[in-house]
Amino acid sequence: MRFSRTSKALGMVAIAALALTGCGASGSATGSGSTGGDTSKVILADGSEPQRPLMPADTNEVGGGKVIDMIFAGLVSYDPSGKPVNELAESIEGKDGQHFTIKVKKGQKFTNGEAITAKSFVDSWNFGAAAKNAQLSGGFFESIKGYDEASAEGSTVETMSGLKVVDDQTFTVELKQPESDWPLRLGYTAFVPVPSGALKDPKGFGEKPVGNGPYKLADGGWQHNVQIQLVPNPDYNGPRKAKNAGVTFKIYQNDDSAYQDLMSNNLDILQTIPTSALKNFKTDLGDRTINKPYAGNQTIAIPEYLPEWSGEAGKLRRQAISMAINREEITKVIFNGARQPAKDFTAPVLDGYSDSIAGAENLTFNADKAKEAWAKADAIQKWDANKTFTIAYNADKGGHKAWVEAVVNQLKNTLGIKVEGKPYATFKEARNDATAKTLTGSIRAGWQADYPSLYNFLGPIYKTGAGSNDASYANPTFDKAISDGLNAASVSDGNKAMNKAQEILLTDLPAIPLWYQVAQGGWSDKVTNVDYGWDGVPLYYNVTGK
Amino acid sequence: MSTYILKRFLQLIPVFLGATLLVYFLVFSLPGDPIVALFGDKPVNEAVAAKLRMQYHLDQPFWMQYLLYLKSIFTFDLGQDFSGRPIAAVLGEVFPVTARLAIMALIFEAFFGIVFGLIAGLRKGKLFDATVLVASLVVIGIPIFVLGFLLQFTIGVQLGWAKPTVSSAATIPDLILPAIVLGLGSFAYVLRLTRTSVIENMNADYVRTATAKGLSRFQVVRVHILRNSLIPVITFLGADLGALMGGAIVTEGIFNVPGVGNRLYRAVLSGEGPTVVSIVTVLVLIYCLSNLLVDLLYGWLDPRIRYDS
Repeated sequence: MRFSRTSKALGMVAIAALALTGCGASGSATGSGSTGGDTSKVILADGSEPQRPLMPADTNEVGGGKVIDMIFAGLVSYDPSGKPVNELAESIEGKDGQHFTIKVKKGQKFTNGEAITAKSFVDSWNFGAAAKNAQLSGGFFESIKGYDEASAEGSTVETMSGLKVVDDQTFTVELKQPESDWPLRLGYTAFVPVPSGALKDPKGFGEKPVGNGPYKLADGGWQHNVQIQLVPNPDYNGPRKAKNAGVTFKIYQNDDSAYQDLMSNNLDILQTIPTSALKNFKTDLGDRTINKPYAGNQTIAIPEYLPEWSGEAGKLRRQAISMAINREEITKVIFNGARQPAKDFTAPVLDGYSDSIAGAENLTFNADKAKEAWAKADAIQKWDANKTFTIAYNADKGGHKAWVEAVVNQLKNTLGIKVEGKPYATFKEARNDATAKTLTGSIRAGWQADYPSLYNFLGPIYKTGAGSNDASYANPTFDKAISDGLNAASVSDGNKAMNKAQEILLTDLPAIPLWYQVAQGGWSDKVTNVDYGWDGVPLYYNVTGK
Repeated sequence: MSTYILKRFLQLIPVFLGATLLVYFLVFSLPGDPIVALFGDKPVNEAVAAKLRMQYHLDQPFWMQYLLYLKSIFTFDLGQDFSGRPIAAVLGEVFPVTARLAIMALIFEAFFGIVFGLIAGLRKGKLFDATVLVASLVVIGIPIFVLGFLLQFTIGVQLGWAKPTVSSAATIPDLILPAIVLGLGSFAYVLRLTRTSVIENMNADYVRTATAKGLSRFQVVRVHILRNSLIPVITFLGADLGALMGGAIVTEGIFNVPGVGNRLYRAVLSGEGPTVVSIVTVLVLIYCLSNLLVDLLYGWLDPRIRYDS
């Protein structure tokens, strides 16, 4: 706010500069690709230091994930709308949703010259699943038959019985049970193949990964805590061909300094505008910004192991809480439109999404109905007036404090109960209590899709006993509805069944959906053709210079 | 003299053991399981978690963890951080950057602080003195992150004289702006300290004698006033080097300097005990050594000071 006047002046300069460079570009454009732009530009983007070595099955966070996604190619990749497109796969066939035959394209190579065969995939997946290799994303292989044996603690089994190599280019997969959306998952980074050297020396490989994606790591390209330099892989011939001369991820400790770099043209793309700049960034950057929903949402999970939140009374109370939250107001006032009010448990960019599932009215602000539901619950089991309902969040990153306080106030005003935000100093403390099932109140939860499917927002979080089921929700009817969806003959039938399952969730509300995530990013006046994918990550390969 | 130095070095041993034990204990007591946090929102795979806990000795009780860490120090293998890299290599990357930054800040604050302080002291009560005093009060009063953001925005973004953040190599020209921000607070202290000391010494008998002997004004100021006035300033600067290295965390955050502060902050958040302890221990050693250096400098500045041996 303090700098708004100068920001405007800067904006004018930027517009003038835009006009000038615009002239230059139109004069020198020689038709490089259909969209035009300078393909000799190296794109400077923001990144964060990977937590683990750059081993695909051992990477589960954004800093490393972004790099892995660019230097590796899997069987399929996702187009900007989230639709899977064959990348290395010639074909993926399966009729019963349980047995799949996968053919790998011929003549594909890693950047070290090693050929990519059916065996590359089978070996890589077995490596990821085996307990002895301790890979963080090993759980992604859990649907495959034989995963349990290979991943059990202390197990010496190193292969999954569900994977079989047929010939050089073909392998078969047998799942434990039918899962119609399983092929959708194959674009996730845990499923990419790695060269045989990686399996012998994963640690050394993680420092200097050799992949097969649109980019490869430059020589000495990973300068820890400083930057990660990627250069185009000339041998890549899939759908994500690089249209620039490379991408360098500059590692930032906080988004604010990245934003300063963006404003002074020392950074080309900033994936997420920092909260402190949300009010100004449109004036600062003009039309060089994006505002696009992606496959992520935010909820408040209320554990059912707390006595006052279990049973019929608990259900009514959760409905009351949900209807007492004015999502429109918070997304507008606190987030300046950087979130969209939730209408279901998934995200609007997904195939099969619907904003009018029966029960969605429980997610709309309605003070009278909220009070009514709360009173009904009180009639069954009296709420202790001295009790405080807490909403836990981690205070170290993510900027959750502001919206939690807003929700706290809305609940207090509408329901007249004691509500408090409960900050955890760090994310790990919050996760600790959530996984140990020792929460004393609700906790904020966020889900970002690993692969574009409705199931990914439902199964791993709300199925009985699922790994991320912080609310300890257990409902056999819902479990049945979910497995009906997985058994469906087609993806569209499956989606219909998933939304049927959501009807149950919208009544039970094991977690209270709040809003969908919206990617808000910006770029410098040196680059053009910037767009974001279904997962809220810029499509770096498509970006060109001006 | 050499016995004195030896004695001081021997004193480092208990300091070292105490510091590592204390810091290790503090990190150990941090709530939350760092391995669970590695999984993020994803389900925790117990087999994988157990394997990782074993790898980082997190399944051991506190004493065992600490002894294993001590053992790793004496075998010159500090263990690995969560990304599987040797901690020794991590130290080797971050310390040179922060050392460069801290020494530049120290040179900045020492040079300008002493020069301005000397002039202000010699012209006590004049316009220069008054201006400098008010200005230094303002600098001391404003928190370092406010100054940092202000200079970053005006000089880095608006005027474009310097890049708002440090480049990948963190070269000396890159670090000028962060070093000034880091040194500003201490600069004001050095200035005020020098000024007071100079004023005190101007009235000393030996200064009057020197002037009476007919020494030139320059000689009197250089040999008699300045040299004697530097003793408290040197004490402050010596202690400040350690403070600058450990305290650069805010400045490093603002200017995105890939140094000690940034790595330490990340290690604390993720609960990487050995990384935290290793960084802090080196900081403690630097602090002790710079104090030793200050003590030795006293004798050079004022030959009347003797060391007990």
